[in-house]
Amino acid sequence: MNAALARLRAPQSTLLRSLALALLAGVALFIASELLSAYDDLQLASGSYYFVVLAGLTVLTGLSGQISLGHGALMAVGAYTVTLLVGNEHWALVPALAAAILTTALVGTIVGAAATRLRGPYLAGATLAFAIGLPALADKYPNTFGGANGLIINPPTPPSGLGSSFPLERWEAWIAGAGALVVVFLMRNLTRSGVGRSFRAVRDDEIAASLCGLHVGRVQTLAFVVSAACAGLGGGLLAVVLQLAAPGAFELGLSLSLLTAVVLGGLGSLVGAIWGAAVLVLLPGWSNDLAHSFSLSTNVSNNLPLAVYGLVLIVAMLVWPSGIQGGVRRIIAVARRILRRRIGGTPEKLDKHSTQDQEEQPNES
Amino acid sequence: MRVDKHKVRAVGAVGALLVALVVAGCGSSSSSSSSAPGVTATSITFGTHQPLTGPAAPGYSEIAPASQAFFDYLNAQGGINGRKIHLIIKNDEYNPTQTVSVVHQLVLQNNVFGIFEGLGTPTHTKVVSYLNSSKVPDMFVASGCACWDNGTAQPYTFGWQTQYTIEGKILGQYIKQHYAGKKIGVFYQDDDFGTGGLAGIKDELPASSIVSAQPYQPGGTNVAPQISAIKAAGAEVLVDFTVPIYTALGQLTSFTLGYKPQLVVSNVGIDPTTVGGLLKTFSKGKAGTELIEGAVTDGYLPSSSDLSNPWIALFKKIHDQYDSSAPFDGNVEYGMANAYTLAQALQLAGKSLTREKLIEAVNEKGAQLTGPGLVPFRYSKTDHGGYSGVEIGQVRNGKIVLFGGPLVTEPTSGAPITPYTTAQPAPPSSGVSVP
Repeated sequence: MNAALARLRAPQSTLLRSLALALLAGVALFIASELLSAYDDLQLASGSYYFVVLAGLTVLTGLSGQISLGHGALMAVGAYTVTLLVGNEHWALVPALAAAILTTALVGTIVGAAATRLRGPYLAGATLAFAIGLPALADKYPNTFGGANGLIINPPTPPSGLGSSFPLERWEAWIAGAGALVVVFLMRNLTRSGVGRSFRAVRDDEIAASLCGLHVGRVQTLAFVVSAACAGLGGGLLAVVLQLAAPGAFELGLSLSLLTAVVLGGLGSLVGAIWGAAVLVLLPGWSNDLAHSFSLSTNVSNNLPLAVYGLVLIVAMLVWPSGIQGGVRRIIAVARRILRRRIGGTPEKLDKHSTQDQEEQPNES
Repeated sequence: MRVDKHKVRAVGAVGALLVALVVAGCGSSSSSSSSAPGVTATSITFGTHQPLTGPAAPGYSEIAPASQAFFDYLNAQGGINGRKIHLIIKNDEYNPTQTVSVVHQLVLQNNVFGIFEGLGTPTHTKVVSYLNSSKVPDMFVASGCACWDNGTAQPYTFGWQTQYTIEGKILGQYIKQHYAGKKIGVFYQDDDFGTGGLAGIKDELPASSIVSAQPYQPGGTNVAPQISAIKAAGAEVLVDFTVPIYTALGQLTSFTLGYKPQLVVSNVGIDPTTVGGLLKTFSKGKAGTELIEGAVTDGYLPSSSDLSNPWIALFKKIHDQYDSSAPFDGNVEYGMANAYTLAQALQLAGKSLTREKLIEAVNEKGAQLTGPGLVPFRYSKTDHGGYSGVEIGQVRNGKIVLFGGPLVTEPTSGAPITPYTTAQPAPPSSGVSVP
C-alpha cells in the first residue's frame, strides 16, 4: 500500500500517459493490420476481442481478488445483444456495442451483488452455475435466440471511402482493435486511480479496507460490473467479427479457458492480458498443426492438441508462476541489472527500486 | 529514474503487443493470384471442418478420414482428370466460433479450392454466407438440414445426404402403415435436425397420434425427464431424431425405466457400431446393441454390414488398405460415399477446372450423378438438396437390414412418396464412373 501511495501522481498525467500509450498501440495495430494477410487480420480481430474480455477479467481476479468462471456467459450476453440489435432492429454498430456493454453491466450488477456475499470456491461455484445455465436460455426461447443453432448477422461493411477492394477481415480487425484500445485506455486509468487502489485494498485485507472507510461489498460489486462490461464488449465484438451468436460458442470451456489465459498471461496485468489473448488465438492452431505433423493414429492426433495445451499450461506455471508477463518482467529486470553493472551503476540501490516497482503488481504480493 | 522506468514499461507493453502481432503474422502464406486457388495441373485441395473432439466426435470423427482414404485410393490410380485430390481436415470441436475460424484459415491461408463435407448444422450455417460471398464451392455439407437447399440465394452451397424432412416423411408413412392407431412419442434434438424430422413425421401422421414430443439440448447428459414424459404419455412407438450419443442415452434411460416401446430412429443416430460402442461405454460393458435391436430406421446408402453389396465390398477394401485404424461402420461408408460424389462432380467439371465450372457441372448434370446411393440426387440450378429419399430398414442381429425398396419424395408438405425402382449401378473397377 505504501508503495502504491508513494506513487500517487496528478491524475492528469496518468490520463495523458494512458492516452499516449493507447494511441501508440493504435498505430502499432494499424501498421500490423496493413502488413498482415486476411486470415491473420481475422486472428488479430479475435485476439482483440479476447483481450477486451481478459482485460476485464484480470482486473476482477488480479486486482479485486474475485474468481469468475462465468465470463463466457457474460460474453454471450454481449454477443446476443449485438446480434439481436443489429440483426433484428438494424441498429448501427457503435450504439449496438454500447447497448451490449450496458446490458452486460446490468447482468454483471446482479451477478456481482450476489457474488459479494460469496468467497473463494463458493464464488467460483456460483459463477460456474451462471456459465452453464445462461446459454441454455437460448434453447428455452428458440424464437428469440434461435435455439441451438443461434443467430447470424451480416458482416460489417467497410466504409466506401476505403475502396471496394478493402478486405473485410482488416475492417473487422480495426473494429475489434478500436474496442481493445478503448479498453486499454480506460482500464489502465482505472487500475492506477483511487478505484483501482480500493480494489487492491479489498483484495489484500477486507477488514483493513473497511477500517479505512471502504464499503467492501460495493467495491467488489463495482469490480464485477467493470469486468462484466468488458466481457459484454468482448462478446459484442465477437458477434461482429464472426457474425454469430450461438450457445455452442459460449460453452463452459470458454469460461475456463478465459480464466486460464488470464493466469497464464500474468494475473492483474494488462500486458499479461495481451499474452493471454495471444495464447487463446494462436495455441490451438499451433498445437493442432503439431499434432498432425506426426503420423499418429487419428484418435491420438485428434486429442493431442488438448494434451499439448495442458502441458504448456503446466510448464508455464512451473517456469513462470506469475505468468508470461511475470517471466518477461523478470527477464527485463535481470537484463537491466546486467546492463547497469556494466556501465558501473550502484546495483543494490537499483535493485531495491525494482522490488518496490514490482510491489505494485498484484501477482507479486 | 521513475519516469525512466515508466517509459521502459510503456515501451515494454507496446513491445509485447508488437511481438504478439509479429508472432500472429508468422506462418502466413502469400495468397496466390491465380484465378482458381487450390488447383494446379496435378492437384486439387479441399478443406473441411469436422468435430474431431468434443460432444459430436464419437462416430463423426471417422467421416473425414474415410473420405481422405477414398481420395488416397483414387490418387493411387492417378486421381481425377490427372489431379490428385487432397483434403485438409480441421477440428472445429463442433463449436461455431472455431468453425468460422478454421474455415477462414482454410480459405485464406491454405488457399483451398473449396470446402467439402463441412459437418454440422449449428456449425456450418455460420460459414455459408462467407463461402458464398467469397464464391468458394461449399460441396456436400454433412448435415441433412434444409438450409443448404437454396440454389438461388446460396449458389455455392450443396447439401448431400437426404434432408431430415424427407426422412421424417418416409418414416412417418411407415409408422402409419405398420403401427396404425398406436400412440407415438418423439424424442428429438432441438435444432433443424430434430425439428425438420418432426415436421416430416407430422406431415404423414395425424396430430392426435403424436402424444408427446420431447426435445433435448445437445450438451446435457440427463435425458430422464424427456423419456419419462414420453413414457407417461403412454407412447407405444418412440421415434428418435437423435445423434448417436442421445440414442444411446435415451435407450439406457428407457431400459432403467422399464420402458420398451417400438423404437424408430433416424439414420443419423442408429449406426449400430457407434451406438453399440456408446451403450457399452456408458453402461460399463453391461449393455450393447441389444438395446437397439429391432429398431426401425432407414438409409440412403446400402447398409455398411451388407458385404455382399459390391459398393460396400469396395469401400471395405479401401478401408482395410488406407483407413484400417477406424472401425468399418456407417460413418466410414458415409465419408467414402460423399468422397465418391465429389470425385464424380470433379470429373464432370472437366479438365480445365474453375470454381464456377464445378458449380455449373453439379447444377446442370448433378441429377445424373450415380454411385453408392440407393436413390437419385435432387440437384438442379435451384435445388441443392442432395439425396431424394431413403429405404426403410431395421436393426437385426446388431446390423441394419434395408427392405421394401427405396422411396423418394420432396421436402414440401403433402408431396407424394413414390417408389424408386432403378437398380443401383455397379461400382467401376477403378476410379469413378462418368455419368
